[in-house]
Amino acid sequence: MTALAEIRDLSVRFISDGSKVAALKGISLDVVAGECLAIIGESGSGKSTLALAIAGLLPGSAKIEGSIDWFQGTTGEASAKAPPSALPGISPSRGEIELSSPPSPITGIVERAPAARLPISSLEGEMSGRTEGGVTERQPSTIGASRIPLPGRDIGFVFQDPSASLDPVMTIGKQIAEVAHTHLDLDWPQAYAKAKHLLQRVRLPYPGSAMRAFPHQLSGGQKQRVAIAAAIAAGPKLLIADEATSALDTIVQAEIVALIRQLVAEDGMTLLFISHDIALAAELAERIAVIRHGELVEIGMTAEIVTAPRHPYTRTLLEAHLGLDASPLLRRTPA
Amino acid sequence: MTLLAVSDLTKRYRRGGKTIAAVDGVSFAIESGETLALAGPSGSGKSTIARLVLRLVEPDAGTVQFDGDDFLALKGAALRARRARLQMVFQDPLAAFNPRATVARVLDDPLRIHAIASGAERPASIAALLERVGLTADLAPRAIHEISGGQRQRVAIARAIATNPSLIVLDEAVSALDVSVRGQILELLLDLQARERIAYLFISHDLGVVRAIAHRVVLLDAGRIAESGDARAVIDAPQSAIGKALVAAAPRLNSTRP
Ligand SMILES: Nc1ncnc2c1ncn2[C@@H]1O[C@H](COP(=O)(O)OP(=O)(O)OP(=O)(O)O)[C@@H](O)[C@H]1O
Ligand SMILES: Nc1ncnc2c1ncn2[C@@H]1O[C@H](COP(=O)(O)OP(=O)(O)O)[C@@H](O)[C@H]1O
Ligand SMILES: [Mg+2]
Ligand SMILES: [Mg+2]
Repeated sequence: MTALAEIRDLSVRFISDGSKVAALKGISLDVVAGECLAIIGESGSGKSTLALAIAGLLPGSAKIEGSIDWFQGTTGEASAKAPPSALPGISPSRGEIELSSPPSPITGIVERAPAARLPISSLEGEMSGRTEGGVTERQPSTIGASRIPLPGRDIGFVFQDPSASLDPVMTIGKQIAEVAHTHLDLDWPQAYAKAKHLLQRVRLPYPGSAMRAFPHQLSGGQKQRVAIAAAIAAGPKLLIADEATSALDTIVQAEIVALIRQLVAEDGMTLLFISHDIALAAELAERIAVIRHGELVEIGMTAEIVTAPRHPYTRTLLEAHLGLDASPLLRRTPA
Repeated sequence: MTLLAVSDLTKRYRRGGKTIAAVDGVSFAIESGETLALAGPSGSGKSTIARLVLRLVEPDAGTVQFDGDDFLALKGAALRARRARLQMVFQDPLAAFNPRATVARVLDDPLRIHAIASGAERPASIAALLERVGLTADLAPRAIHEISGGQRQRVAIARAIATNPSLIVLDEAVSALDVSVRGQILELLLDLQARERIAYLFISHDLGVVRAIAHRVVLLDAGRIAESGDARAVIDAPQSAIGKALVAAAPRLNSTRP
C-alpha cells in the first residue's frame, strides 16, 4: 500500500475582515492510492479547505504552512524509488497490506489509531506507476515545486452545487469536450465523441440530446451527473467529491453515490469523499477521517470508527445520527 | 380534536406550455398536539402543500379547514386573527431578514403586529420568548448574522411561537443544521409540543428524522399520496414503491460497504 499524497502539518489561515481564521491546524494524513477516504465534520470544520488545499485551489489570500507530497507518478513523469523505511509492511501472500499507524499526533487532541489492515482493492493493478507484488515506485513532489498535480487533469473535483462548476451559457457537450480537448490533446470531434461517451457512462438519459442542452434544463441530480462527467473527463488519478450529494434528495443521493463508487472502481481512481453525514461516509469509504475546528480528531478504518470510535467527538456524531433504527425521540403521548 | 383538515387539495403549475400538477387531490388531517410529517422525494409537492396550507398560494381545487373554519374563505381581520394561530419555520427563515437586524427586532415584529404585548411590555416578552426556546435574554441585542445557525433556528422558533399558534408548519426546518445541533432543536420542538400542545406539519426528506419525531407520516410521490399511517409502522414496513425506495436510499451506519 502506498500513499498517493502525504499531508504533513498542514495549516491554513484566512484573513477576513482583518481577523484571522485558522481553518486547518496541523493536519497530517496519508491519502492511500486506490482508497476511498472520507473526510467528515460539521460545517466550518475545514473540510472544503482541506479539499481545496489538496487540489491546489486555495485562494491566494490563504496562508498555507506544511507540506503535501505526491507519489506514484501523479504527474505522469518518471518515478524515483522511495526510501524503503517509508513503505508500510506488505504481506502479498495474504493479499493484505499492513497499514502503518496513521499520522502521528500533531496536537494533543489527535488520538493514535491502532494499526489496521486494509484489503488490497481490486483496483490496485490498474493504478499506473505500480508494479506487481506491491513494490511501488514513488515520485515525491511538494507544494510550490513544479511537479504538483494539475487540477482538472490529475485531480477531478465535484462540488455540492453543480451549478458552481457548470457554465450556465455553454452546452453540456461543449463543457465536457473542453476538458478532454484541453487536457487529453484531442481534437474537437474526438473531444465531443469522448463527451458523449462520458454522458453515457454517468447514465444521463438521452445523452445525445443532452449534449446540446444547457445546465438549467436539467434537474439537480442530472446536473451533478454532468459535473461528474466533466470531473473525470481527463482521467484524473484522484477524484474529490466535496458534499457532492448534499443538495440532492436521498433517492438521487443514493444513485449518485452508487455512480461515484462504480466510476472510481472502473477507472482505478482514488476517492476523497467529503461529507457531513457519517452514515453516508460509512457506506462508501474504507477509511474515515474526522475533523473538528480544523483539527484531525481521529482517522481509522470505517468499521472501527463506526463501532469503536476513540474520540468523544466521533461518538457524539454517531449518537446524533438518526438512522431508521434509532430509538425515537418522541415519547408517545396521546395526541 | 381535528385542527387542520385538507381535502382534495390540487395545485397546478404551467411550465413551458405543459401543465403539471404539483399537488394532486391530497387529503389529510392533523389533530391538536400531533406531529404529521410530509415526506417524499424532491419535487413531490411537499413545499407546495405547505404554501397552500399557509395560504401563501391559492389552490386550484380543494378545501382547507383550520380550527373549524373554512380557511380559504377567511378575509380581513378574521384571516389575520387565524393567521396568528398558524405559524411557519423554514430551512433558513431568517435569511430573509436584514442580517444586521437584531434578535430583539425579529421577535418584536409579531408581538407588535398581533398586538400581543404593549411597547412597555415587549422587552420582557422578548426575554420570556428567548427563554422558552432555551436561549438567554442577553442574545436580544445581537445581530442575526452574529449568532450561530442553531441559535438562529431557535430564534425562528421563538418568532413562530410568539403568537401562541396551535399549528406550526416546518419546511425542512432542521435540514441545514449540524447533526449535534439538529438533535437539540428536535428536542426543543418536542418539549414545546408537550408543554403547549402545538401541532406540527413537519416536512422533511429525511426518514430517520421523521421516524424519530412524527406521530404519523404522509408519503408523497409526484403530488399524490403514496401511503400514510403511523410514522414508525410506515417507515419500518413501507408498502408503496416510493416508500420502499426512500427507505432503501437512507444511509445506514451499520451496513458498511457492500
Ligand atoms: N411557482 C412554481 N412554478 C412552477 N412550478 C412549480 C412552482 N412551485 C413548484 N413547482 C413545481 O411543483 C412541483 C412540486 O414542487 P415542491 O417545491 O412542492 O416540491 P418539494 O416536495 O418541496 O421538493 P424539495 O424536496 O426539492 O423541496 C415540482 O415539480 C416543482 O417544479
Ligand atoms: N476563502 C475564505 N476566506 C475566509 N475564510 C474562509 C474561506 N474559506 C473558508 N473559510 C473559513 O475557514 C473555516 C473552514 O471552512 P470550510 O473549509 O469551508 O469548512 P467546511 O467545508 O467543513 O464547512 C471556516 O471558519 C470558514 O469560514
Ligand atoms: Mg464545505
Ligand atoms: Mg421543498
